[in-house]
Parts: sequence; C-alpha cells; structure tokens
Amino acid sequence: MTIRKRRGAKLGVGERRAVGAGLGMLAWLVGLLWIFPIGWTVFTSFKTEQDASAQTLHQGLGLGRYGDIAHSTPGTLSLQTAFMNSLVVVVVSTLIVLLLALPAAYALAIRPIHRWRDVLFFFISTKFLPVVASIFPIYVYAEKWNLIGTRTVLIILYIAINLPLAIWMTRSFFLEVPRELIEAAEIDGTSLLNQLRSVILPIAAPGIAATALLCVIFAWNEYFYALQLNFANASTMPQWVVSNVSTRGNFLAKLSAASTIACLPVVIAGWATQKRMIRGLSMGALK
Amino acid sequence: MTAAAAADATLPKGTARDPFSSAWRRRLPLLPALLYVVAITQLPFLVSIYYSFTNLKDKTQSLIPEPTRYVGIDNYKQIFSDPFFRQAMWTSVKMTVLAVVLSLLVGTMFAILLDRTFLGRGLIRTLLITPFLLMPVVAALIWKQQMFSSLFGVLNKALNFLGFNSVAFISDHPLASIVTVLVWQWTPFMMLIMLAGLQSQPADILEAANVDGASSFGIFRQLTLPHLRRYLELGALLGSIYIVQAFDAIDVMTGGGPGSTNVPYYVYQESIGGGFRYGSASAYAIVVVIFSIVIATFALRVLSSLFRDEDRA
Repeated sequence: MTIRKRRGAKLGVGERRAVGAGLGMLAWLVGLLWIFPIGWTVFTSFKTEQDASAQTLHQGLGLGRYGDIAHSTPGTLSLQTAFMNSLVVVVVSTLIVLLLALPAAYALAIRPIHRWRDVLFFFISTKFLPVVASIFPIYVYAEKWNLIGTRTVLIILYIAINLPLAIWMTRSFFLEVPRELIEAAEIDGTSLLNQLRSVILPIAAPGIAATALLCVIFAWNEYFYALQLNFANASTMPQWVVSNVSTRGNFLAKLSAASTIACLPVVIAGWATQKRMIRGLSMGALK
Repeated sequence: MTAAAAADATLPKGTARDPFSSAWRRRLPLLPALLYVVAITQLPFLVSIYYSFTNLKDKTQSLIPEPTRYVGIDNYKQIFSDPFFRQAMWTSVKMTVLAVVLSLLVGTMFAILLDRTFLGRGLIRTLLITPFLLMPVVAALIWKQQMFSSLFGVLNKALNFLGFNSVAFISDHPLASIVTVLVWQWTPFMMLIMLAGLQSQPADILEAANVDGASSFGIFRQLTLPHLRRYLELGALLGSIYIVQAFDAIDVMTGGGPGSTNVPYYVYQESIGGGFRYGSASAYAIVVVIFSIVIATFALRVLSSLFRDEDRA
C-alpha cells in the first residue's frame, strides 16, 4: 500500500477547539442513543417479570431470570441442548471452512493458478444467489437422506455460506506475506504443507483468526436454515431465543435474559476482531 | 460425477494432459473448496430450475398425492397473474431501497463523526458496531417487544410522556417498523465501510489543500466526496445483497402480511412455510435469481474496480 494510513484525522485542521470538543460529545451522544435498545434489554433482564412488562422498577434487580432460562419445561428445547448444538455446528463448520479455505487461498494468492481472478469471482458470485433459489432441492434431498433435524445438515450448509467469504479474506491476508520468505522456502524445497505451517501461517495468523471469528459470528446468528431444516432436537440458539416468547403470561424479562446470553459470545468475538472485520465484510476489498 | 464435471468446466482446460503437470499441482489445493461450493450452491440451483417446470408438491403434506409431471412454462405464466407476488416484489424494492439508503446516510454521518480524535473514540466505535453483531432475530425481538410494543413499549411510553397518543407501530406501520430494525443493524456496517474510505484518503493532499487555504467544507466537497464515491457504491451494493434477502426480521416481527411480505418471505410461505408447492415456488425463486443477477453484475463490477486499485498499489 502506497497510500498512507491517516489515523485520527485532521480533517478540520482549521476548525476551532470548541467545535472539535462539541463534535466529540455529539459522537458520544449518538453512540449511546444508538445502543440504547441493547442497554435497555440488558437492564430489563435483571428485572422481575412484573416490572419488565410494565417498564417500571419497584421490585429491584437480580439475577433471577438468568436462573429461570436455564430451566425449561421438559419436552421443549432447553438452553443446554441449543447451546451444545450451536457450539458443535459453529465449531465444526468453521474448522472445515478453514481446512478448505487455506489451501484454496494459497492457490489464489501465493502461487496463483491461471485465471485465478475468475475463480475468485466465481466464489463470491455464489453469495449473490438468493437462499430461496436453492432451499427446495436442499430440503427435498435432506428429507430423502434423513438429514432433517440433524447437526450434519446445518454444518454442511454453514460451510457453504462461509467458505467464499473465508477464501476472499484469507487470500487478502496471504498477499501480505513477504514474497522473499516464500521464495526462500521454495528454494529450500519445503513442501506446501510445511510452507503453510512454518512460513505463511505464523505471519497470517491474526488475519486467519479474524476470518474464523467472522465465520463463527455468521454461523452462530443463522436462523433461516436452522428454522427450515430442524424441527426439534438439533435447534440452535436463535430458535431457542424465539422459543422464549410466550403467548401466556409475562415473558419480557426472561426473553431479555435469553437474548443477552445468546448474543454475548459473538458480540465479544466481534469486538475482538473489529479492526480486521471490515476486510471480511467488504469481501477483502477494503483494508 | 456431475459436480466434478461442473467444476472442471469453470477451470481452464489446455495444459491438462498430464495430471501431474505443474498447472495441476497448482490447482490441486483449490479443488476441494471449489468442488464443495459447486456441489452445495450450484447443483441445487440447477435442480430448482428443473423443479420450476414441474408441479412438484410435498408428498407428505398433501392428502391426495399428485404424480409429479412436467408442466412447461405454466408456473412462469402464473407469476404474472399473481397479485400477491407483484405486491411482494414492490415491498422488496421499497424495503431494500429504504433500508440501504437510510443506513448508508446515517452510517456516513457516524463515520465522519468518528474520523477525528476525541476521548473514548475507540470505545464509541466498539459500542456502535454492536447492533450489527446481534442475531437478526434478537434485534427484531428487542424492537418488537421492548421498543414498539403498543402498551408498554419504550417508544409509546415516551410518546405518552410528551403528550402524544400511543401508536401501534408494528400493526399500523409494518414496513417502517421492519426498515427501522434493518437500518439499526446495518448502519454500523456502512459506518465501517465509510470509515475505511475516509481513512484511506492520502493525508498529503488534504494537508496541501489546507495549506492552500481551502475551507473544511470545500475540502469535503471537492476531495473527500469524490474519493468516497466508490465506497458509497460498495456499501450500497453489499448492503443490497444482504438486505434484499431479509427474512428473520419479517418472520419475527410480523410473520408476513400485506405491508411486510417481501419476495423471499413470499416464496417461503408458498413452499416450506405452508404452501408446499415446490414447483411453482421454484419458478418464483428463479425470477428472484434473475433480479439478483442484475444487482450482482453491478456489484461485481464495483468490487473488481476496487480490486484493480489494490493490485496497482
């Protein structure tokens, strides 16, 4: 990159200090206002159900609702089951995505194949295909092969969702590995696997970690496939949150606690990876 | 193997005589990923095209199972006489355009606010991206149950406090309610893209303009805005790809309805969501794909123009 990074802009060099401080305060105000719904939900999760549904605070705050959501009526989806299902589906699919994406990124960045650009754009074009265009055959064949209601079918689909993104993202990180290091390894006759392990991965590791986290976020939050292809026993966290909406009685505090618990892992993952997230979200086009 | 054949077709032929030739050694690491993506995304799409010319229905869902047969272009003819589909198309357009334009506008304003040093800048940036990280179903539930709820929702409490009457947000304004949630979630995404755009401006040019006595507004209009143009395009196109497929917010907030059923939701209702008419629903899906291809063509052009710059740099 010849373009120099401009951290903490000096856009308004000529502007007065008071204006700068005012704009800083405006940023704070806008930021806090924007996340108010989240703050309010976390706050509600500590209330009693009566207080929550009336939006009052008479009975104090406590951790009671977090205890409630851990116990579910027998026969319904429990937090433990949903969490384990999500965990297995997310971890397994992300690992397989990396296993497929790393060699592919190597073939597209470090020793690029002929017409690598076409292949790269083929991968991304699959993201433009609407989900509804392929859901019926997937549903019909999942039914035929007894895959409905299994973790396997979700793993298979989440790999397909995340793979194009992961290839674009790892490719852009691989491009930053200095050529001289790779050439030196090639002259030494290092095999592809050893090249990856001893030269490329140590340098690209932070980028690969960010890629993995982004895959985790998308898989964890996915609702459509989980709803369509799972009816009961393999349901994941999004469906568990929705199951806390009740038609009888008050449920707002419990729902708030469930929402907080369900989102916390990926929110933390997202905060941790935010510096590199932009590259994944823009398909590697932006740094 | 049809999957392998399809993948081969996307690869250049030519030097493929010897499977151990150097070209194939280069391609080998790519093949597993390529085959996987072709098998899971392209093959079902081809099957969908086939379904769209049949009257396929879910056998377990109908009382008198009908044999599946070829119906020609009947499913496609039906699309043009279906007023609900036309309505869903119009809703899709309104939903996508409103959500993309508004989140891009607000996101750009946020990016400009954050593109300067102030105390706690990193913290505010971190907080601001949080809505984007939430599960879409949770975002929709928060707004439905906490903010928009007609009796005890926070917004109606605030309206009552200010002396206004309560508004039944979701039932009276379903589209606006869903767009609000989409904008709330996608503004941080746009903000990150625009922030990357603002920070990639060459500092020396901005300083030179400043030394020459250009006003802040003049610099913004003459230098920053043209520079941001491609980032705006990228944000708009990437946002459209995701938002045009919005499903979760609609399912959770309204469960469909005249004002809020977009095309993906309509296709869902016609098929696995209750109609179980896979044949005709596939025809709807294919029409959606044709529209998506139009958007995607533009999107890929923008992406590859950014891409060429990266190569040059």
